[in-house]
Amino acid sequence: MADKKNWGVLAEFDTPKDIYHACESIRDEGFKHWDAHTPFPVHGLESAMGLRPSKVPWIVAAGALFGATAGITLQWWSMVVEYPAIIAGKPFFSWPAFVPVTFELSVLFAAFGAVFGMLGVNKLPTFNHPLFTSERFKGHSDDKFYVSIESRDPLFDQRKTKKMLKQLGAVHVEDVVEEED
Amino acid sequence: MATVPPTFDALDPLAGRAPLILDNPSFKDITDAVIAPTERGDYRAWWMGFLVAVFFLGVLLVSIAWLFWEGTGVWGINNPVGWGWAIVNFVFWVGIGHAGTLISAVLFLFRQKWRTSINRFAEAMTIFAVICALVFPGIHVGRVWAVYWMFPVPNQMGTWPNFMSPLLWDVFAVSTYFTVSLLFWYVGLIPDFATLRDRAKTKARRLAYGIFALGWRGSMRHWLNYEKAYLLLAAIATPLVLSVHSVVSFDFAVATLPGWHTTIFPPYFVAGAIFSGFAMVLTLAIPARKIFKLEHIIHEKHLENMAKVILLTGSLVGYAYAMEFFVAWYSGNPYEQFTFVNRAFGDYAWAYWIMVSCNVITPQFFWFKKLRRNVSVLFILSIFVNIGMWFERFVITMSLHADFLPSSWDYFKPTFWDISTLLGSFGLFFTFFLLFVRWIPMVAIAEVKAVLPQASPHYDDSHTTTSDKAQEAVAHG
Repeated sequence: MADKKNWGVLAEFDTPKDIYHACESIRDEGFKHWDAHTPFPVHGLESAMGLRPSKVPWIVAAGALFGATAGITLQWWSMVVEYPAIIAGKPFFSWPAFVPVTFELSVLFAAFGAVFGMLGVNKLPTFNHPLFTSERFKGHSDDKFYVSIESRDPLFDQRKTKKMLKQLGAVHVEDVVEEED
Repeated sequence: MATVPPTFDALDPLAGRAPLILDNPSFKDITDAVIAPTERGDYRAWWMGFLVAVFFLGVLLVSIAWLFWEGTGVWGINNPVGWGWAIVNFVFWVGIGHAGTLISAVLFLFRQKWRTSINRFAEAMTIFAVICALVFPGIHVGRVWAVYWMFPVPNQMGTWPNFMSPLLWDVFAVSTYFTVSLLFWYVGLIPDFATLRDRAKTKARRLAYGIFALGWRGSMRHWLNYEKAYLLLAAIATPLVLSVHSVVSFDFAVATLPGWHTTIFPPYFVAGAIFSGFAMVLTLAIPARKIFKLEHIIHEKHLENMAKVILLTGSLVGYAYAMEFFVAWYSGNPYEQFTFVNRAFGDYAWAYWIMVSCNVITPQFFWFKKLRRNVSVLFILSIFVNIGMWFERFVITMSLHADFLPSSWDYFKPTFWDISTLLGSFGLFFTFFLLFVRWIPMVAIAEVKAVLPQASPHYDDSHTTTSDKAQEAVAHG
């Protein structure tokens, strides 16, 4: 028999404007372990939540550098070291001819960095999450806006936090439980 | 429609422009309209189209099987025309793909919000067109078991491919292009798969869409990284798309053949690719938006904008045709001059003039707003552009038939198998495309919601305090 533990609370809002102002207040209260869930990226919500800039650009830059290095090394090694051949009387290391492949590989690995870096930073895929136990939470991919505050936040207090969310304009507030074995 | 105040007028209150999406839909209306085609099963037009597409896919498979069995002799290629329809079809399909990337990446960087209605659609077209394109380099040598020679892998011959050859650049360019387009498309799809997952009524749908949604829960902390990744993908896809068709043009331009060996080829190919791709987007979008009732999301304004791009790129292509002639004359090179006179008045003059009429004359109709807004006119003209752009590649490739040595001149005639392979590639394309429109949201739901006027946190801002808002919410229930 699985024990049920309180994971946190979930508050539903109707409009981007409501959640925007709610997030500003929660940020100013000083909560740390909380999140907003929206059907689309609400413009400016990241600053209303006080989020730090994304780390993804660094991963993309690393990917691009790796791709460029791999491209030039592959071409140098196969055309100069492993299988040198005189083609049209050109030097073995004809770097101008190596530009297209180097460029394409930089782009390829930069794209890998962007996609897999984004998924990695977001810890996706995560198929199981306490929020998915809420039936109402399904609206997050349709037309509803949610704030979730986790019980592990030092400022969390079941009763007070729910009251605060109601005051911030939430149309519905519920507890979210997680199952433990 | 609780989120939309009743005082909504014709202009977007923030941008001061006509709204991008008609009928003033709520967020939920968008979800419902876009997802409807994936939840209904009774589209007769779809089934008819799908059966035809699968038939032609079969034609392609039979044509390829016969090619592998018999060899490239089943095609009409000869000496000197060693490159026949395989390269024509390859360039045609790669070019089609470019509009998708242009819409998804370049227009994104330029903050063209109207792109959100058509980008999903156009990106899917890109991916399927590039798959069709990749078939041709794969099969064109007729010896599929030697296909690994194209890749830099250690092999039993101890050889490596030649990195100074544009054909190898092409392998890297097109495969990178395919991979990046697929990733870009998939990243855009993740939130929409989550929408499908959350609406699923059967376990199979919930599982299938759930796996692709990766457990997406609309978290703003995720959206932050997601949007940054999306922006960077757009930023790297933009030079990529320009490089891909440039590299494709190097296949020709690096050869010393008259008519091919010109510096105008990369920009001319890129313009032509975007031209043909936008025409294909129109050809596909016009029936699809009607059958699946998405005319308020993809409306005349979107079609008109695409017609404007066609007008611009079509005129660039026309300019390139003229400039090729001018440079041939101005170069004083008799071989170059002969090639161009031969194109326009020689054995393939018929193809040349089909190309010119479809590609240069057709887009000029789009100077007129009435025609740009006329859906039937757009559809018919877009098909002419498709035909014209196929012929452009045919005309370029047929420069081979009369090269330096008159004794080896010959006339290329397609065989039954040339034609069946081309028609079959359309079968492959439409099979994928029709599966896409039935199973995957064909409009980027999350992105369209984000450009609705009520998506802004400042929409209807009367500077009320949050406690006022709370009272309001209580009052409205």
